[in-house]
Amino acid sequence: MSTLADIGLSTTGERLAVTASNGAAPGQDWVIVTRQLKREYDMGGEIVRALRGVDLAIRRNEYVAIMGPSGSGKSTLMNLIGCLDTPNEGEYWLNGMLVSEMSDDALARVRNKEIGFVFQTFNLLPRASALQNVELPLVYAGVSADERKKRATEALERVQLGQRIHHRPNELSGGQRQRVAIARALVNRPSILLADEPTGNLDSTTSEEIMKVFEELARQGQTVVMVTHEPDIAAHARRVVVLRDGVIASDEQREKFIERVGLTHSAH
Amino acid sequence: MPFFDAIRLALNTIRTQKLKSAFTLLGVCIGVMFLISVVSIVEGMGRYMEEDLIGKLISVNTFELRHRPNINMGDIDEATWEEYRKRPRLDITDVAPATANLPADTRWYLYSEDMVMASSSTSGKPRQVRGLAVQGAFFDIKKMGVTRGRLLSEQELDRGEKSVVIGIDAAERLFPNLDPIGRELKMGGVPYRVVGLAESQGKVMGMSFDNFVIASFRSPARRLLNSRPNIVDAVVIQSPNVPAMTENMELVRAAMRGQRQLRPAQKDNFSLQTADSALEFWNKIKGYLVLAGVALPAIGLVVGAIVIMNIMLVAVAERTREIGIRKALGAKRRDILLQFLIEASTLGTLGSAIGVALGIGLAQLIAAVSPLPASVAPWSIVVGVALGAGVGIISGVYPASRASRLDPIMALRQE
Repeated sequence: MSTLADIGLSTTGERLAVTASNGAAPGQDWVIVTRQLKREYDMGGEIVRALRGVDLAIRRNEYVAIMGPSGSGKSTLMNLIGCLDTPNEGEYWLNGMLVSEMSDDALARVRNKEIGFVFQTFNLLPRASALQNVELPLVYAGVSADERKKRATEALERVQLGQRIHHRPNELSGGQRQRVAIARALVNRPSILLADEPTGNLDSTTSEEIMKVFEELARQGQTVVMVTHEPDIAAHARRVVVLRDGVIASDEQREKFIERVGLTHSAH
Repeated sequence: MPFFDAIRLALNTIRTQKLKSAFTLLGVCIGVMFLISVVSIVEGMGRYMEEDLIGKLISVNTFELRHRPNINMGDIDEATWEEYRKRPRLDITDVAPATANLPADTRWYLYSEDMVMASSSTSGKPRQVRGLAVQGAFFDIKKMGVTRGRLLSEQELDRGEKSVVIGIDAAERLFPNLDPIGRELKMGGVPYRVVGLAESQGKVMGMSFDNFVIASFRSPARRLLNSRPNIVDAVVIQSPNVPAMTENMELVRAAMRGQRQLRPAQKDNFSLQTADSALEFWNKIKGYLVLAGVALPAIGLVVGAIVIMNIMLVAVAERTREIGIRKALGAKRRDILLQFLIEASTLGTLGSAIGVALGIGLAQLIAAVSPLPASVAPWSIVVGVALGAGVGIISGVYPASRASRLDPIMALRQE
């Protein structure tokens, strides 16, 4: 396994900082590496610096939560990690590819192949069945209809929805909808499962249920990155990165995070 | 995304939004329906006019006195032919009595015509031209003018002067590259002086109407046109309006029956027909009808295009989130563009297909309940469907390109 120094990052106390020059491709067990990632928005003449230089490195098979209050830049970071947006400055390496320099269509291809999105509001197509929703990434990947159906059914079985593949989203409970979304995120075997407030629209029992699904996926070796503002949800991840004012404020293992914020895990 | 999936997606979207799709289809549907039905009826009327009795539908102000009809009106049996054959030819001595009682506002001319050989010093061998011997208001009724020289005067016509007005094709044959005015041509060994070059009478299906020589009926030219010199092919009578024409036809009929000394029980041994001019008239209005048949549906199709564009713009706005989701899951610009373009063109094609069916139905209905005939032209079906698809694509381009350029983050944020 390569060390942090190999990829131009080194550990300084609790957080990672850049010590090597840009442009070097990280070793292959690093799924996400960002170097001095910056993103600014022009909000009617006023420049908002959402990210002021984020250095983040995530290994394959890690389960990471990105936390922070609103305005901390976590949504911006999630859009960049999800290849929905490109940075103004800095580098973003995803699975060995420098995606910060890519064109729109190339980014679309990367989103299709490398990223599985799970959204707070599920974002399922309302008029399509669970199966059709799960098939969608495969449609854009150019997979044949038979193969699509087979793989989508398998993905739905993986989240215990094998009996409900022909139901539409409005015929499913919130938890079931989020499972469909997870199945859709996994169907193209992405490098990372990227979840944005995955429990934000769910009650606490269902939230725990979804967290169990995530836990199981992480145990099976799926890299999971979860953006949340709830500490007790973040505490399900094995590593917690806290953003504040567009920079990383802390980056620590779960136990340390729980100890520091004084959570008794499982309490709500 | 594969093309087939895009079409399936479009059909799915259309199926799940039945009412909206139906309204969207309406514009194109109506446009194509009108195209098909109007074209069918114009086609049908054309056939009817050409194959069936012409005078029934359209009355014009001109009728002809002939010994028998000169155009074939439907099937004519052997007995009728026999009767036609036995009829006496119209004689020059019939003309004065036949026209004697016509009111002063009625004009007429008489003519005989046939193909004749004409020659000139510059033509080399004799050339075949259509020879016409006329008397009366020929140039007025035909609305024929000259581009050079002058028309034949009334005196020239009455006195049988050996002056002629010729058509441009006859002029080209007899006097190649020369000004024909004042030159001499010979028909049947008799010299005639060219006094006028007539305006072009146009062409129909490549056949020229300008290869003619017009002389006075009183001149020797008439001897070349019929076996006996006093035979008149027809007297053409023009009335100021339709009721007057009907009356005048009866006046002429009565005068002719008197002239021929027919008893009341006997049938006319001459014909009065309006067919020739009716056909001319028909060709004119057919032009307008075809124009209307294209213009009306064109308006419908433009409306259809605007409706489709509007609905597609609404669809893009409504489905912003869907577009965001699709983009997040890996849809490229091209995929989104294709999705909306195919949706729009599927709507257009579907609308035009329904329009074709309704148009055929409407044409048949009109044919059934009115005297108008209908005949569906195959080309109009092809054009109709193609137009619908085209309208869909054209009106889909702008909304589709807007959809494809949406920013996925903004699109996903949309409620």
